[in-house]
Amino acid sequence: MPHSLTGRAGPAVAEVGAALRGGLGEEEMSRTKGDEEEYWNSSKFKAFTFDDEDDELSQLKESKRAVNSLRNFVDDDDDDDDDLERVSWSGEPVGSISWTIKETAANSGSTPEGREQKNRSSLSSTQLPKPTSTYSLSSFFKGRTRLGSFQSLSDALSDTPAKSYAPELGRPKGEYRDYSNDWSLSDTVRRLRKGKVCSLERFRSLQDKLQLLEEAVSMHDGNVITAVLIFLKRTLSKEILFRELEVRQVALRHLIHFLKEIGDQKLLLDLFRFLDRTEELALSHYREHLNIQDPEKRKDFLKTCIGLPFSAEDCAHVQDHYTLLERQIIIEAIDQNLESAGQTEIFRKHPRKASILNMPLVTTLFYSCFYHYTEAEGTFSSPVNLKKTFKIPDKQYVLTALAARAKLRAWHDVDALFTTKNWLGYTKKRAPIGFHRVVEILHKNSAPVQILQEYVNLVEDVDMKLNLATKFKCHDVVIDAYRDLKDRQQLVAYRSKVDKGSAEEEKIDAILSSSQIRWKN
Amino acid sequence: MAFPHRPDAPELPDFSMLKRLARDQLIYLLEQQHEVDKLYKVENKPVHSSSEQLCFLVRPRIKNMRYIANLVNTDKLAGRTRKYKVIFSPQKFYACEMVLEEEGIYGDVSCDEWAFSLLPLDVDLLSMELPEFFRDYFLEGDQRWINTVTQALHLLSTLYGSFPNCYGIGRCAKMSHELWRRLEEEEDCETKGRRPEIGHIFLLDRDVDFVTALCSQVVYEGLVDDTFRIKCGSVDFGPEVTSSDRSLKVLLNAEDKVFSEIRNEHFSNVFGFLSQKARNLQAQYDRRRGMDIKQMKNFVSQELKGLKQEHRLLSLHIGACESIMKKKTKQDFQELIKTEHALLEGFNIRESTSYIEEHIDRQVSPIESLRLLCLLSITENGLIPKDYRSLKTQYLQSYGPEHMLTFSNLRRAGLLTEQAPGDALTAVESKVSKLVTDKAAGKITDAFSSLGKRSNFRAISKKLNLIPRVDGEYDLKVPRDMAYVFSGAYVPLSCRIIEQVLERRSWQGLDEVVRLLNCSECAFTDMAKEEKASSEALRLILVVFLGGCTFSELSALRFLGREKGYRFIFLTTAVTNSARLMEAMSEMRA
Repeated sequence: MPHSLTGRAGPAVAEVGAALRGGLGEEEMSRTKGDEEEYWNSSKFKAFTFDDEDDELSQLKESKRAVNSLRNFVDDDDDDDDDLERVSWSGEPVGSISWTIKETAANSGSTPEGREQKNRSSLSSTQLPKPTSTYSLSSFFKGRTRLGSFQSLSDALSDTPAKSYAPELGRPKGEYRDYSNDWSLSDTVRRLRKGKVCSLERFRSLQDKLQLLEEAVSMHDGNVITAVLIFLKRTLSKEILFRELEVRQVALRHLIHFLKEIGDQKLLLDLFRFLDRTEELALSHYREHLNIQDPEKRKDFLKTCIGLPFSAEDCAHVQDHYTLLERQIIIEAIDQNLESAGQTEIFRKHPRKASILNMPLVTTLFYSCFYHYTEAEGTFSSPVNLKKTFKIPDKQYVLTALAARAKLRAWHDVDALFTTKNWLGYTKKRAPIGFHRVVEILHKNSAPVQILQEYVNLVEDVDMKLNLATKFKCHDVVIDAYRDLKDRQQLVAYRSKVDKGSAEEEKIDAILSSSQIRWKN
Repeated sequence: MAFPHRPDAPELPDFSMLKRLARDQLIYLLEQQHEVDKLYKVENKPVHSSSEQLCFLVRPRIKNMRYIANLVNTDKLAGRTRKYKVIFSPQKFYACEMVLEEEGIYGDVSCDEWAFSLLPLDVDLLSMELPEFFRDYFLEGDQRWINTVTQALHLLSTLYGSFPNCYGIGRCAKMSHELWRRLEEEEDCETKGRRPEIGHIFLLDRDVDFVTALCSQVVYEGLVDDTFRIKCGSVDFGPEVTSSDRSLKVLLNAEDKVFSEIRNEHFSNVFGFLSQKARNLQAQYDRRRGMDIKQMKNFVSQELKGLKQEHRLLSLHIGACESIMKKKTKQDFQELIKTEHALLEGFNIRESTSYIEEHIDRQVSPIESLRLLCLLSITENGLIPKDYRSLKTQYLQSYGPEHMLTFSNLRRAGLLTEQAPGDALTAVESKVSKLVTDKAAGKITDAFSSLGKRSNFRAISKKLNLIPRVDGEYDLKVPRDMAYVFSGAYVPLSCRIIEQVLERRSWQGLDEVVRLLNCSECAFTDMAKEEKASSEALRLILVVFLGGCTFSELSALRFLGREKGYRFIFLTTAVTNSARLMEAMSEMRA
């Protein structure tokens, strides 16, 4: 939703914060064409004309500095801290926010003389921005004797806290020094920290470069460390760079992260190879598959990962990943045909909601238990085949199959899932996940009470059985359990929970009046 | 219920100027400088706009640069000329400029910075809104945000005076402190004459205490965050809460009179409180029955509006509670909490492990399963290798093989590890250290900071008494310690450390704890010599969380403040919770 800035007290900063947090925020300047031209050509904002950007940018920079110096002038002139408002030459109150906004466009190569001239001319065409609030923010800082320190916190231009009372006098002399390459090591790093343009070209010997790096690291500022690394990467052979970074772990981590971010996969892999970090090398290569959308291509890529030096367990996982995708491609092709042909009942009754490609193994197993349950082991899509190929544990298999068959309300299949025959041919019920879990899953899939009852009865722990039976209203089980426990009181109490005149009530009455039972209470 | 502040509690400093500062800067930047009058959210798609100028307000990230470069280069190919402006917040990074240069648009695009790093989310909470801090620093070891932190601290000391007492723990805390001190020297701050408004500052790295951040939250605000996700101090309540067909965006802060009374409460108290409140409200409405015309007029003009407002808030929070209850019952929250408490206390580990396993097998939310695995790992000093292997395999089978990458991340960050069978790690270390010259020897260890570390949670917990011994029932209505934020089962480690240090005004006597936390090198105290801070200022404490804090931690410290007569103010890189931490570590499909 567009938020209009105009006609409002201001944008809700929180909203912009939220936008930034989500990654990006964008503003579009949506004025009419006429407006725009007028705006960009107005002398007021001349500095923003982009047509001749080098000159204009430097001009902008100058006017910007002029504005800032002007503020210095105004501030320093005005030592009365109780003044709430600061007033510019035009008589308007000065907003004091300009000092945190820095214009950091690249320097143009124009001569200092030329700059000074422009400086002078731009001053005349510069007006102070209108304050956004009449109550100047600077008043918040009263109690501090001058604003200089605060200003230089963020002001890229006033390198020395120079009090230039007359901005026309020219650039602070620090600005010139940048071109004479005579910044000391620590000055260079300090300038980098302040976000200033600073050439590193004079650091040519390996020793100089490494000292520069170490100075950057000792400042703890990741941005500066990365800036130096970008320079080193450009000016050192990778063998030397790698060798030196191997013993400088903080810098090394920054380089690795930088390479990941800019996506220089080749150099990253070279680096891991050099460092003999084989596992990271393999994982980093494997990671690329995430960017491949086409399933065939992704499959082919995964194949190239199989021989890589993963840890033993990950080797198996990558192999499985490849096999799984290979299967999914086959299953997807067949099922898509089946579905569109419209001849197969299961697909007509339960149309597929999504493609099976790139789904996890358990989801694939569920899918196969849902659509291909009865298939012979020989086909790729049969559940049994999946179970064997991927060595799916019994527990996991039963859990998934149960969920799939219960969803289809195929109670026979559910029954068969837990039936085992012993060598004498007797059948026995067995559940690797415990029957209490079975009951819960069946209940979630809204199985009828008769079915639930059957499985509740198979729960061995009596308390748990009673609990489940009560929870899911399996009256027969509850009644029988109390009878077996000879718990007359509970049974009487339970009588009130069943419907009046129901078969359950009759059953309870029959038991209560039986003379066979020796009640314990 | 709803503890009032002690009468002697110090006043909080006024954060509204920060809000105003940020707002004015932004307006100036957008309106005055660039004449922007419409805002759109940037999504990764082409811009359909006939505008002649585009202005981007972005975080300094490579992918944002690529997006802009794409746009500019598409325009160029189409023979279209536009003006482009990029405003970086909070600062521009050299790597971004490099990308602009590489993409051939350096010079076509001009850059600005908006040094916005402190967003007051509430009267006592400042957020830098940098959720990426966590992954950048704690996973990748990138220190790019340290400068941002120091700039923020510098701004605060400029506004509220220097901090006479400074404590910290964690590598990032130490580095931030060093850079901050250097900055103050360079800037030659003339804050010396000022009386400090805030007496103490405490810097704390998130990795000092992962456990607390990994726990399910049960105080109201934390629970709302876990359930609905609070973003930038506000939450979207869906139709299930508003009981209408619309969603509602609600600001959650001290100004919401209902919320401010329940935010720090254990959830079990909230219902009772709300219904009491509803009854009171009803009674106030009912008063109008016996009124004559004049009284009625008064009632309508003076009280009705307030009552209606309260009514609206009340019904929203009741709706939220119901919705939370419904969701939590469905996911068997009771069982989950029981498992968490067992992990914290260190009993029935086998049972907890199979509980987690079942979670995974049944494909319950991947983030939830991961969180429990991490909690198990940290409280147990890593998983035993057999469990690690089998749980990881099952995890990959349930949620996708690409999570191999997630596991690798978690291992690097020290969140999910395998108990070392012998000395596999020291082998790597010794191999590297052979290559190390004497000069750099000190730097080698930190590369393995997370790998080599054991979490030692059990020992720390014992030393700091994190699991309160409870005789009988823990009365959550009348909390006796900070453990109430976790139902009386666990005192948040981070908050306990802060409590202990403040009590001692140093780390003295905490050597063993610091050693167990692997922070012997990076626990520090920095006292100004002759500061004349008022006694009021000395009871005001700024806690800085590097890597994020949870609402539960805020509640616990607010409680501590009330007990001891302090007042806490919080600065965090972002408000976080277990899900956000896990998501930050996950490798998702692109």
